[in-house]
Amino acid sequence: MLKIDNLHAGIDGKTILNGLSLTVNAGEVHAIMGPNGAGKSTLSYVLAGRAGYAVTGGSVTFDGQDLLALAPHERAAAGVFLGLQYPVEIPGVSNLMFLRTALNAQRTLRGEKEASGAEFMKLAKAAAEDLGLPYEMLKRSVNQGFSGGEKKRNEMVQMAVLEPKLALLDETDSGLDIDALRVVSEGINRMRSPDRATLLITHYQRLLDYVVPDYVHVLVAGRIVRTGGPELAQELERDGYQSMAA
Amino acid sequence: MTALLPTRKDEAWRYADMAGVARAWPVAPEVIDVAAGEALARLIETDTTPGGASIRHFAIHIAAGGSLTFHILNAGGGYGRVALDVTLDAGAHFELGGVIIAAGEQVLEIVTTVTHAGPGATSNQIIRCVAGGTATATYLGKVAVTRAGQKTDAAQSFKALLLDRGATANAKPELEIFADDVKCAHGATVGELDATALFYLESRGIPPVAARTLLTRAFLSDALASIADDATREAAEARVTAALEPRL
Repeated sequence: MLKIDNLHAGIDGKTILNGLSLTVNAGEVHAIMGPNGAGKSTLSYVLAGRAGYAVTGGSVTFDGQDLLALAPHERAAAGVFLGLQYPVEIPGVSNLMFLRTALNAQRTLRGEKEASGAEFMKLAKAAAEDLGLPYEMLKRSVNQGFSGGEKKRNEMVQMAVLEPKLALLDETDSGLDIDALRVVSEGINRMRSPDRATLLITHYQRLLDYVVPDYVHVLVAGRIVRTGGPELAQELERDGYQSMAA
Repeated sequence: MTALLPTRKDEAWRYADMAGVARAWPVAPEVIDVAAGEALARLIETDTTPGGASIRHFAIHIAAGGSLTFHILNAGGGYGRVALDVTLDAGAHFELGGVIIAAGEQVLEIVTTVTHAGPGATSNQIIRCVAGGTATATYLGKVAVTRAGQKTDAAQSFKALLLDRGATANAKPELEIFADDVKCAHGATVGELDATALFYLESRGIPPVAARTLLTRAFLSDALASIADDATREAAEARVTAALEPRL
């Protein structure tokens, strides 16, 4: 589904990803772990197409197409979802309006029929209920006045409604208490299916107790230095990243 | 208003397009009298003839305990100016919501003088503007409180979004206070669309122009929030969206 080959990318003339290669197949969950500054967030931004990040080498294909040639909204319509580490507050735009506009924009770009008001409401209500976010909150401005945990739940609500093929979750576990972590993890697990893939980007092993990955990769200085199964996360938790850098 | 053509030396005309002023001159003031205890609402839209010049000047008196809610959509023409001279008697209220959407080489202005002539009068003015191209958007807002205007509560808020490097926003709040027990607040900011918010919308599948429209409309909606009638407010929001789309 996703094939990253020898990717070099950076921002402001500084190289951050330095020959990163990774293949993610449908149905798989991959975790990328690494110390601060290893390039974890840069990877997620480059894959989602954020302006300012320059790709200087390598390639990324998604379902056979050149992902890097697509604009951010086209990537979303193709099925890429980025759950942000710091979800943005947007005063004056309600969550429901935002989400419905997004869903229908994606459907239009894919040549599908737009969701009716009733169909959308059903999707949004079900997603909010599953993730323990009061539906009333979705009527408020996007993330405004939401706690850290509520923002992350809201990201998961968006993901559930938009039903991406590939979820890139950038430190979705940061800032969550144990209860919120469990709810968000359940949200991620519910989305697991043979046609979808998930890339979890995280500092800590804790999330991986709830969402058990098929593969764990260690990212250091912009490249993957080691790949293993879930046990690798435990090893990292025990020994730290220091031992990997060598 | 005098029949004499104003000049740029006059502070109130400093940012005006003088060629446009000459074309629109002379201007007959439109009079609005709000009777004691009466509540009125007005919504005006400037002439949108491309390249046209229009000046609307309102002389407004709100008698004791009366209130006027006034909304302005200033998006059209080459030069468009709406000037309000408002006098408030005791306990009267004036609410203004103004939207300026300027593009190309347009020069669009809202100029207000609100005089609190009696005790306990209140006024609230919210102006939001968007300027692109090499357009100029201006808000000059003067609040005057006479000796009789004790317990005045006046507020002014101006915010502008600049869409292009060549666009200009001018804001000049002015206070002239002769009473000693008053509350007058004002604030002005000029900025750009938030790049992080734009990326967030786009990353969810919203195309760039729609994302810019959504953010800009939300920004402008502050100025329309005080339209009490839902149908009128929704119609005004739709007019704003229609004016914005070709400019983004």
